[in-house]
Amino acid sequence: MRGGGLRAYALLYLLFLYAPILLLPIFAFNSGTIIAFPLQGLTTQWFEQMWANATLRRALGNSLTIAFSAAVLATCLAIFAARASTRYRFPGKGGALGLIMMPLILPEIIVGLSLLVVLLAVGVRLSILTIIIGHTLICMPYAVAILTTAFSSLDRSLEEAAYDLGETKWSAFRLVILPLVMPGIISAMLMSFTISLDDFIIAFFMGGNEPTLPTYIFSQLRFPKSIPMIMAVGTVLVMMSILLLAIAEYFRRRGAARTGQTSSGGLL
Amino acid sequence: MNARNPMPVAREGGPARDEHGRPTPIETRRVMIECRDVHKYYGDYHALRGIDLTIREAEFFSLLGPSGCGKTTLLRTIAGFEDISSGVVLIDGKDMANVPANVRPTNMVFQSYAIFPHLTVAENVAFGLRRDPRSRAEKAAAVEEALAMVGLRGYGARAAHALSGGQRQRVALARALILKPKVLLLDEPLSALDRKMREQMQVELIKLQRQVGITFVLVTHDQEEALVMSDRIAVMFEGEIAQLSFAEELYTRPASRRVADFIGVMNFLPARVLGDTATGVRVDVPGFGEFEVPAANVSRADAGDKGPSVGFRPEAVTLLTRDAPAPDRETPGVIEEIVYYGDMSYYDVRLDGSARFDGQGHPIRISMRNVFGRDLPDLGTRTRVSWSPGSVILFR
Repeated sequence: MRGGGLRAYALLYLLFLYAPILLLPIFAFNSGTIIAFPLQGLTTQWFEQMWANATLRRALGNSLTIAFSAAVLATCLAIFAARASTRYRFPGKGGALGLIMMPLILPEIIVGLSLLVVLLAVGVRLSILTIIIGHTLICMPYAVAILTTAFSSLDRSLEEAAYDLGETKWSAFRLVILPLVMPGIISAMLMSFTISLDDFIIAFFMGGNEPTLPTYIFSQLRFPKSIPMIMAVGTVLVMMSILLLAIAEYFRRRGAARTGQTSSGGLL
Repeated sequence: MNARNPMPVAREGGPARDEHGRPTPIETRRVMIECRDVHKYYGDYHALRGIDLTIREAEFFSLLGPSGCGKTTLLRTIAGFEDISSGVVLIDGKDMANVPANVRPTNMVFQSYAIFPHLTVAENVAFGLRRDPRSRAEKAAAVEEALAMVGLRGYGARAAHALSGGQRQRVALARALILKPKVLLLDEPLSALDRKMREQMQVELIKLQRQVGITFVLVTHDQEEALVMSDRIAVMFEGEIAQLSFAEELYTRPASRRVADFIGVMNFLPARVLGDTATGVRVDVPGFGEFEVPAANVSRADAGDKGPSVGFRPEAVTLLTRDAPAPDRETPGVIEEIVYYGDMSYYDVRLDGSARFDGQGHPIRISMRNVFGRDLPDLGTRTRVSWSPGSVILFR
């Protein structure tokens, strides 16, 4: 068979990527407390334990609140930045964009540490709010990158045409540009949501006593008997991720079909 | 246009008509657009250098020039997309200085058509009616009427992105014309179409313009397109209008050598000016000898460093294939090249004595319609060229 070697390589690659994730549900339903083969019996007790855990529920609630807020904030700010970078020329544009993209290359631990120092110096109490600020900062580069692509693929005449047809600058933006970049906006929000949801470092530094899902999971790793429950949490998270991804892809394809683009590629 | 079949979007009034129902001559019509000494700078770049022009009611006007000559900039200043650095732009007598594009009585057809891809054809056409107080049913009727006018009846429910180039063009026209603007601005609207479609749309645009009676201002770099479609044409080079005249006059009496070179094909030959006479200018041209160019054919705009020259169109001279005598004058020569186009051919002919001035020959290009069934002459054949001093233009 032609390409046999490459095919085997691709299969091994996928196996390496996804086999560990496949182990999650296997051990989540295993009745043994030790994460090892052979498997003991089938059980749902870890899921029940997870459901009954108040701290976990609180961490999940925190994580969702933070991820949602950071996604909305980062995306809104990124819309302004992307629009400015694609539509206008002004002095210091390159520098401003460079600064926005900086968190992408800065070690996150440095970002977290310096933010912590500044916030403490200013006297801000650590809370969910401070995590949201930190997450908005690290989500911005991704959102800006996605939205810049979305904005720059638009024909500039579209906006002029709407303006020429009697709309104001704002209504031309709202009626023409916004609907056309909506797939990009949704992509940026989902990307930011995901980044915020699984971020550990910023949440750990900026959270004070507020647990998020990653910091809670990390704290439970010290207790071997709670590991099966973490497996259950992981299983639920993976299921939710797949669902979210499917929804996002559905909207992206629908958007692409509506505007007649070929639906190849895409971020998700 | 006749009374039994009134055209849907015809503006009330339109151009004044004489007793035979023909539009009155353009020079006598109301002024629709006036530019007075319009300048436009982009930083240090001087894009428009003192544009003065008058475009009249129901006129089909073209701004013609090579890329970078400022024609699109001028169109966009009329539309209101660009501010002018100095000067005055008046539309229908009103100063447009502080009137933004969205309230000017102009609408634009963009080069890319700028059809909104997320809307249907009908939603695109109805876009400008959003602030219109008419009822929904009335608007829908207006949309259907506008679509019918551009030959897209029944296309309303289609997705805009599924249309062909020509159809997008029509939607863009309907979308602009439904607002009944005083002026329709067209920015290279046909450049994205293939040749056949382009020629078809040229004719349709002319018909449409006559039907609606709106002033059309077309930007194009295609001289043939400008000649085909326009009443009058402004030829622009480097931010200035080089010549503004009727299409036919532009072709037959170009104001400068540069305009002549830009419009169609023109033969240029070096000339020696012998002196002015009461009726014209006597010149000596290698291959043609001494003759008098009529005063009306003398252009004094720019001989440039090339010195004086004469120019004539390929169809202004003919090959004499039989022994028939020339109606006016004739000169012998040799056919050096034949370019066959099916319906016509170009013949490059080296006239006897054409190297008299500078030692190098100047073959002239002659166009002739091909006669069906008759063989083309062979290369190298001696021939006679028939010409007339009245079809020669002198650039001095």
